Amino acid sequence: MSDVSAQASAVESMPMAKALNAAMSDAMNEDPKVLLMGEDIGTLGGVFRVTQGLKDEFGADRVMDTPLGEAGIVGTAIGLAMRGYRPICEIQFDGFVFPSFNQITSQLSKIHARSSGAISLPVVIRIPYGGNIGSIEHHSESPEALFAHTAGLRVMSPSNAQDAYSMLREAIASQDPVIFLEPKRRYWLKGDVERAARVPTTQRAQIVREGRDLTLAAYGPLVPVALAAADAAREDGLSIEVVDLRSISPLDFDSVERSVNKTGRLVVTHEAPTFGGMGGELASVIAERCFYSLEAPVLRVGGYHMPYPVASVEEDYLPSIDRLLEAIDRSLNY
Amino acid sequence: METAETPHPGATEGRLNRVTILDENGHRGSDPDFDPYIENVTLEDLKGSYANMLKVRRFDDEATSLQRQGKLALWVPSKGQEAAQIGSARAIPERDYIFPSYREHALAFERGVDLKDLMRIFRGYSPGGWNPKEHNFNLYSFVLASQIPHAVGYAMGQKLDQHVNKEVAQGSEESSATVVYFGDGSSTEGEAHESMVFAASYDAPVLFFIQNNKWAISVPFSTQSRLPLAERAAGYGFEGIRVDGNDILGVQAVTAYAMEKIHRGEGPVLIEAETYRLGAHTTADDPTKYRTRDEEDEWTTKDPLVRLEKHLRLEGVDDAFFEEANAEAKEYGASIREAVLAMEPPEFDHAFENVYAEENALVEQERAWFHEYEAGFDEAETQEGGR
Ligand SMILES: Cc1ncc(C[n+]2csc(CCOP(=O)(O)OP(=O)(O)O)c2C)c(N)n1
Repeated sequence: MSDVSAQASAVESMPMAKALNAAMSDAMNEDPKVLLMGEDIGTLGGVFRVTQGLKDEFGADRVMDTPLGEAGIVGTAIGLAMRGYRPICEIQFDGFVFPSFNQITSQLSKIHARSSGAISLPVVIRIPYGGNIGSIEHHSESPEALFAHTAGLRVMSPSNAQDAYSMLREAIASQDPVIFLEPKRRYWLKGDVERAARVPTTQRAQIVREGRDLTLAAYGPLVPVALAAADAAREDGLSIEVVDLRSISPLDFDSVERSVNKTGRLVVTHEAPTFGGMGGELASVIAERCFYSLEAPVLRVGGYHMPYPVASVEEDYLPSIDRLLEAIDRSLNY
Repeated sequence: METAETPHPGATEGRLNRVTILDENGHRGSDPDFDPYIENVTLEDLKGSYANMLKVRRFDDEATSLQRQGKLALWVPSKGQEAAQIGSARAIPERDYIFPSYREHALAFERGVDLKDLMRIFRGYSPGGWNPKEHNFNLYSFVLASQIPHAVGYAMGQKLDQHVNKEVAQGSEESSATVVYFGDGSSTEGEAHESMVFAASYDAPVLFFIQNNKWAISVPFSTQSRLPLAERAAGYGFEGIRVDGNDILGVQAVTAYAMEKIHRGEGPVLIEAETYRLGAHTTADDPTKYRTRDEEDEWTTKDPLVRLEKHLRLEGVDDAFFEEANAEAKEYGASIREAVLAMEPPEFDHAFENVYAEENALVEQERAWFHEYEAGFDEAETQEGGR
């Protein structure tokens, strides 16, 4: 035990993909009921190698290379959870989650309520999501709003290696189903990870940069972009507060409210299309709660209302430092 | 007019013979492969099955009329399918877990579910109705085929238990298995196909029990499949059996055979029980728009209750038994009516309760808002009362 805690309190630098791997490995060591299922996750270690080595460590019974069928993966995971297991499903790419959408939104999310609490489904669905990896159609999507709109699901997305570790541990421990969105363009982002350090609760946003003039809210892949924009704005003498939302459902409105009451301005950004996205939800709640302290309307910087564009022009689609700076300017000019 | 039996022009002759033990006149025939599985079924057992079939039939009629009187939102009759359900239920050990579809009232009854609880769903008072864990009988599923992968996953878990849990090994006496029920229409859904692939891949201890009642609302079986569904099993690499679904003994025999095989650890089995939906699909349906009178009349003579009654009479069961069974069924129906009329709706507040297993900030906020809103009305009332 003392060995384990000594090891656990050590700080290691690792990329986010490795941190996710460590989270699964630690959870599987602690609980024999945790198991992994997905396409190519075993022998290959996943197309992003996030599950690399886990099949050797835990065997094919617990790290299952499933047949090709997303509804089958999620549907059987539901049955396994009913039998007392804690399955972690990997969906190979964001654009391929839709064959299992029915199982996720009409079954996984609702069975706890339908059974009046008799059945809970501690299932985690890991989805590499988002763009900027120069890929082809269906490999760069951001479906978070579709899941956040569904009661019964938790939706989260880490932005750094430590959160990736801690939040995945929390997702696995959760009695509720979690859609765990991994920003694939950040898989190789390195950071310090302390395995013993757990996020107090990922239903909490985190202020990752303090500031006075404006609040910039982001999650997952765009947190580093928001931080870079805050750096650039500092050169113009602006002090930008950056909030990493971390949990998409539920959204931590309280933390954002506190920040906006201090700064008076909010810009929110995500890769998903602006229309009908999480930014609109945040804008609306903050407008309601902070009406008297807001000095400008809440602005959104997101994707356009179009299918994710081809890789050669995706830079124009994705919220960039410049687009964030433009929105910051607009907000300040009100 | 196309009927449920019209074969597809491109269909080849079915290879699988249909198992029948009790013929349409109630004579008991013999099937050397399956006879051993019903050796122990006594006349008393069959009388018990008959009495239960009659009770559920009566319950069903009562529910239909309650719906007509506006007391139920919808009713899904199981009339005509009692032999398929009760025959199979009696061959499934209690420790095995069952995933029903939504028409399995007779099965629910056999599993000890209080059908009054079941009525809460159709009355609009409960999303589920019973605790599935108490009966090893899962909740109804209204999205077609969605329960099939759940069953396979559950069975995969039962198999994994032996390694992970160090519980009972598959193949031993106490090992448990899973049975999932669905219809001929549902067999077309992608999830049915994926489930069968997964079941084969993991040798899951699961029985796919298809009640082919010939119609998926107005769409005849011939549109769903060129071949008997039992033949599909071979394509997935496991055994398929076709049985006369109106023959309770045949159903009981093939189910007992399948469960024994599955418990031995020999992987999944598929049973196609050919039966007929005597009533409407639901109370919202009008079968006269798509079915012929002739077809319905033909199946009315094949009613599984009538067939079993013929058999019991051939075996010397007298009028007194049937009179008593009828009286009991009638009484049961009346008790259901009474219970439905006496039901109390839940408070809306309960709907906030089980959205998540753990505390959830959004639900808590909205619940608090709702309470405040409600309290506002109370205050207004008090003020008005004071005026
Ligand atoms: C995914 C889905 N599509 C459509 C429906 C509407 N629907 C309810 S029952 C039914 C026909 C089902 O036929 P079958 O599977 O043969 O079962 P049966 O009702 O005949 O027992 C349809 C189309 C549904 N419940 N779920």
